[in-house]
Amino acid sequence: MSTQSSRLAARAMVAPSVVLLLIWMIVPLAMTLYYSFRLYRLLSPDRTGWVGFNNYLWFINSPDFWLALFNTLALVGGVLIITVVLGILIALLIDQPVKGQGFLRILVIAPFFVMPPVAASIWENLFLHPQNGLFSAVARSFGAQPILFLENYPMLSVIGIVSWEWLPFATLILLTALQSLSSEQLEAAEMDGASAFSRFRYIILPHMTRAITVVILIQTIFLLGIFGEIFTTTQGGPGSASTTLPYMIFKQAIAAKDIGRAAAGGIIAVILANIVAYFLMRGLGRNLEN
Amino acid sequence: MGKIQLTKVRKSFGEVDVIPGIDLTIEDGEFVVFVGPSGCGKSTLLRLIAGLEDTTSGVIDIDGKDATNLPPAKRGLAMVFQSYALYPHMTVRKNIAFPLKMAGMDQAEQEKRVERAAKVLNLSNYLDRRPGQLSGGQRQRVAIGRAIVREPAAFLFDEPLSNLDAALRVGMRQEISELHQSLKTTMIYVTHDQVEAMTMADKIVVLNAGRIEQVGAPLELYNHPKNLFVAGFIGSPKMNFIEGAEAAKHSAHTIGIRPEHITVGDGPWEGVVGLSEHLGSDSFLKVAVDGIGTLTVRAPGEIHAHHGDRVRLAPAGKVHRFDANGLAI
Repeated sequence: MSTQSSRLAARAMVAPSVVLLLIWMIVPLAMTLYYSFRLYRLLSPDRTGWVGFNNYLWFINSPDFWLALFNTLALVGGVLIITVVLGILIALLIDQPVKGQGFLRILVIAPFFVMPPVAASIWENLFLHPQNGLFSAVARSFGAQPILFLENYPMLSVIGIVSWEWLPFATLILLTALQSLSSEQLEAAEMDGASAFSRFRYIILPHMTRAITVVILIQTIFLLGIFGEIFTTTQGGPGSASTTLPYMIFKQAIAAKDIGRAAAGGIIAVILANIVAYFLMRGLGRNLEN
Repeated sequence: MGKIQLTKVRKSFGEVDVIPGIDLTIEDGEFVVFVGPSGCGKSTLLRLIAGLEDTTSGVIDIDGKDATNLPPAKRGLAMVFQSYALYPHMTVRKNIAFPLKMAGMDQAEQEKRVERAAKVLNLSNYLDRRPGQLSGGQRQRVAIGRAIVREPAAFLFDEPLSNLDAALRVGMRQEISELHQSLKTTMIYVTHDQVEAMTMADKIVVLNAGRIEQVGAPLELYNHPKNLFVAGFIGSPKMNFIEGAEAAKHSAHTIGIRPEHITVGDGPWEGVVGLSEHLGSDSFLKVAVDGIGTLTVRAPGEIHAHHGDRVRLAPAGKVHRFDANGLAI
């Protein structure tokens, strides 16, 4: 890419995909922005017009908004902590040479192939169910009352389900990072007198920071939009206890059929995502550099 | 301080005996080089001494104490790896200080030792860089620095120069030799390069298929190889081996003559020059001698013999004699 003509050619060849991506992004964003300032209710299609920031004000002032915002961030943060910590531990574990290593790894990765509503249904009916669930059976066998997970701890239950789904992803990425660590470095550290914990703390963990950063960034993108698991299990309830921002938008758009308010919620979600991304990149971005 | 004694040390990976059983004594302060073709078990032997591999049987004594089952850190040895094995996310300073930090040494003493090592190794200007920003030779020096700060009983080097270019290799070779002169610590050095072995060692251990072929000073191995393997391995170009009638004249099964011990000009052997390499200081000729086979000749200076010329050769120097089992007579 040194000469002017080759640079021009490069730009010309990249242009179609850039333009396509731009349209793909800009059209929905522009439409959402447009609707967010409009009165647009499917139940009263004859009433239309500009409403200024009313949709936004309604959304922010609605009693569920701050809870939903907190729930969204709690979901992202909780799942990130669980998947990264457990992911590191499981990666360390299945990196050990054992018989049937390949099979073991497939087992560990398997949950990632289960689609979200199915995973949520499995958890709701086979694990968390107060009568039929495995956990209640365990609780009863100890003579304890079964815990009503989805009623009493709805948000924690959702975090648990989503963590179970995303743990394989984190484990997989962290495992490959672990495998790229040269064994000579570990041997050198061992000769230098480092204990197993010191080797983890000073050699393995720094080696994995980049992979951990990648896991956090990618998961954050997907976790901000988690919807299926909530829809399948708690429906945002009881009350609004497990309502997140995406679920609130869904309720406005599909249940209340108010497209204007839903669009305003969408724009708020976009702003939230950008704020999260900004802080993530400031905090972790330098890990991605060499 | 750093006397290391191996008694019947054996190592097998499953069914395969990599080292069938080795007895070896390394005296305090000696520079010992393990040399041999690749796959001869020299690196495995070094790792056994380091404690990075478990011995299958046998005893390793370090400083008169049984160290066979001690973990690597407790053996008081330091190792320099082929890939240097520096910690990429730490600065040079932290790399060198790492073993001290692990030993729980106080900060001031750590600083002092790091500065001293950096001075010895000319690294003072690079202490705050990371390994990725250093050249190969500098990385090598950091790896050595990390080894010397611990003041170990012995240093173990695992082919430390094989990743360097030729010019740097000669320089580092001298630096390691000088380091040995000034520290007077036992050093065990593994290499497949016989030039490194010949130039650096007090004592060379020639290994082949996990067995010690011969132990001795460099010139002892050159002048009095015990068997065909050592005779062929030490010396460059390789020693010429002649069998049959010519060997029978010396009442041996095989005779060996080094290329530098053959003169060109007049003599009993006559042959056609196949390949001639002129280096200026030396000329290497491959001569197909009638009734004997191809001999390599190393003649000093320039010799005007080229492909297809007929030349006469004469043995001038020691003729090594070997019996049918390949042992020196």
